[in-house]
Amino acid sequence: MTWTRMHLLGLEDLSREELTALLDEAARMKPVAAREKPGLKDLAGTIVVNCFFEPSTRTANSFQAAARRLGAEVVSFSPGTSALKKGESLADTVLNLEAIGGDVWVVRHTASGAPGLVARHVRGSVVNAGDGQHEHPTQGLLDIFTIRERLGRVEGLTVGILGDIRHSRVARSNLWGLKALGARVVLIGPPTLLPPEFAAMGVEATGDLDGVLPELDVVNVLRLQLERMQDAYLPSAREYARVWGLNSERLGRGKPNLLVMHPGPTNRGVEITPEVADGDRSVILAQVTNGVAVRMAVLRLCVAAGRAAAEAEGVAAAGGPARG
Amino acid sequence: MGSLAIRGGRVIDPAQKLDRVCDLLLADGVVAEIGEGLSGDEEFDARGLVVSPGLIDLHVHLREPGLASEETIATGSAAAVAGGFTTVLAMPNTDPPIDNPAAVAYVYLQAARADLANVFPAGCVSKGRAGKELAEMAEMDHAGAVAFTDDGDWIASSRLMRRALEYARGLGRPILCHCEETDLVAGGVANEGVQSVRLGLVGRPAAAEEIAVYRDLRLAEAVGARVHIGHVSTAGAVELVRAAKSRGLAVTCEATPHHLALTDAALEGYDPAFKMNPPLRTEEDRQALVAGVADGTIDAIATDHAPHAPEEKEQEFAAAPPGVVGLETALGVVLDRLVGTGALDLGTAIQRLTSGPASVLGLLPRGTLCPGAPADVTVIDPGRSWRVEPAEFRSPGKCTPFAGWELKGRAVLTVVAGRVKFRL
Repeated sequence: MTWTRMHLLGLEDLSREELTALLDEAARMKPVAAREKPGLKDLAGTIVVNCFFEPSTRTANSFQAAARRLGAEVVSFSPGTSALKKGESLADTVLNLEAIGGDVWVVRHTASGAPGLVARHVRGSVVNAGDGQHEHPTQGLLDIFTIRERLGRVEGLTVGILGDIRHSRVARSNLWGLKALGARVVLIGPPTLLPPEFAAMGVEATGDLDGVLPELDVVNVLRLQLERMQDAYLPSAREYARVWGLNSERLGRGKPNLLVMHPGPTNRGVEITPEVADGDRSVILAQVTNGVAVRMAVLRLCVAAGRAAAEAEGVAAAGGPARG
Repeated sequence: MGSLAIRGGRVIDPAQKLDRVCDLLLADGVVAEIGEGLSGDEEFDARGLVVSPGLIDLHVHLREPGLASEETIATGSAAAVAGGFTTVLAMPNTDPPIDNPAAVAYVYLQAARADLANVFPAGCVSKGRAGKELAEMAEMDHAGAVAFTDDGDWIASSRLMRRALEYARGLGRPILCHCEETDLVAGGVANEGVQSVRLGLVGRPAAAEEIAVYRDLRLAEAVGARVHIGHVSTAGAVELVRAAKSRGLAVTCEATPHHLALTDAALEGYDPAFKMNPPLRTEEDRQALVAGVADGTIDAIATDHAPHAPEEKEQEFAAAPPGVVGLETALGVVLDRLVGTGALDLGTAIQRLTSGPASVLGLLPRGTLCPGAPADVTVIDPGRSWRVEPAEFRSPGKCTPFAGWELKGRAVLTVVAGRVKFRL
């Protein structure tokens, strides 16, 4: 069995075989993901807790849909409705939710590493739904899934990731996954948002979008947070759009079948123009659709691995398999 | 007061260039004699053990006044003697801060009540540690403050720092600097480098420390004052101090056991036990620190013992407060990881833990075993293997980067002013 992990905290540690197992499983899930009641019972009787310590609509809804299609019950938790503002710690919060029946944990948090902290406290599987500036593994997987679906392969492709690389967990998850699957990864962005340390991770880095654009098979455009202007990372949104924004004119100089992706939500007119975001090269909505299938695959495989581990432990605790 | 003879140990006192097997007699609270065939009212058999001047830690946060759930002068003193330290310097970033003579006197009072280790207070440089106006340094000096510092933060105002250095020069006291340029480290939680970028943690660049070190050295040079750089952590900072010393500046510096033994590779699991300021750096930096301790650029090994309540430290990495405890592990880490690996000889290690820090604080002959010096002695079993078990710490602060480490070398007897305060 290729997949033995009960948690998915990031893509960095995953082998090519593990990534392929997840992508293949997602491909199997895709036809049923579209149906509201596909009749799957993998997570029947399970409570999936959607712990979104940082607000999100897209990812939270996607995980909720994925969990329900697998037959799970979903409990949603967000800071607005929680005890966090009363000073309760992350560990106490999840232990309380576990005490009321939580089995599987989907964790989004502003702090890098927080899902790992949750995993050390709870018994069930933990899926990272985005932690700080660290990783967003299911987004990385759904991006790669979409590339594979549209272009038929990942190996040998040149994938550009464009924008605020420094603060992006999406960029980190993508680069690990893409690298492991044999793609050439080029990070593109202003020097303030593209630290040279990324070069040590086995990817290329450049500030010259126009120079590298003709080589790209895929360009994944990241959202630019407008508060970056206050931190002196950038002079203005206008200058950013002119130098690093993706527009029709630039697109015309790319490969004819260049795939345009964006993890959303888009700042139209800043990192991407509306014509490009809505144009025929864009697979932005396909990414969202694929997100449900990918998250079903992740929940299914992680929960199965967790059950297998618990069973093995139970057998070991009982002194080995019973003899007839 | 009765006398105590510590017999047959390997007596190492780097200040006297002494390293031989002999007896040590303590009487009336002072070192009476070193020699053969000495006897006292009480005797301790130190055969096979190392007899050192009492260890001195010039960078300790005792948190009193403040939260007793983190530490008190009593618990911190107990941790000190259990770790072999007979003397500690209490940092003034307490709540409220030690920025006036009454607060300095209070530290002495609580230390006398605890009656374990010698506790010397450092006073704040600025009122309320706010970095705006000078605190009453002369009054605090009169009350017994032996150094001044706004430790925890750099003094961002160069004008205030300059005045503080001038004022302290008049008192003959050093200013201890926490060197990290405030603006550059804002929001940072880890060394800026490949590791912080990989882990998605906001960085504290080495340049921030080096800029701050350079400014403080340059100001000290300009006004002819004594400056001590706390917890040096980068190769560049070591180089700046080395160059300043070679120009004849009155500068000293310290390094911590965690910066000497660990790198930011330890941040892999986002464990806040590896979060401190300045942050753990790279292997290149660590090696430069070890070399600096060996060649004397670094005068003292100091713990930056910074206890926090367990619930404070058991948070997300970015949310947890910086700082770890060190009093009960420092000697073991230094002996095992620096002396045990051959990076440092035993005499040098002891010097950096005794007369080195004593000299920084003007406490000599404390930190030596010269006849007439205070009878502070640490007896070390260099062959004793032990495991770091935070639950056994005397300090309520349990957060250490060394939990579970197997170390060789430990204090087995700690004598303060001629009286046994800890015995293993």
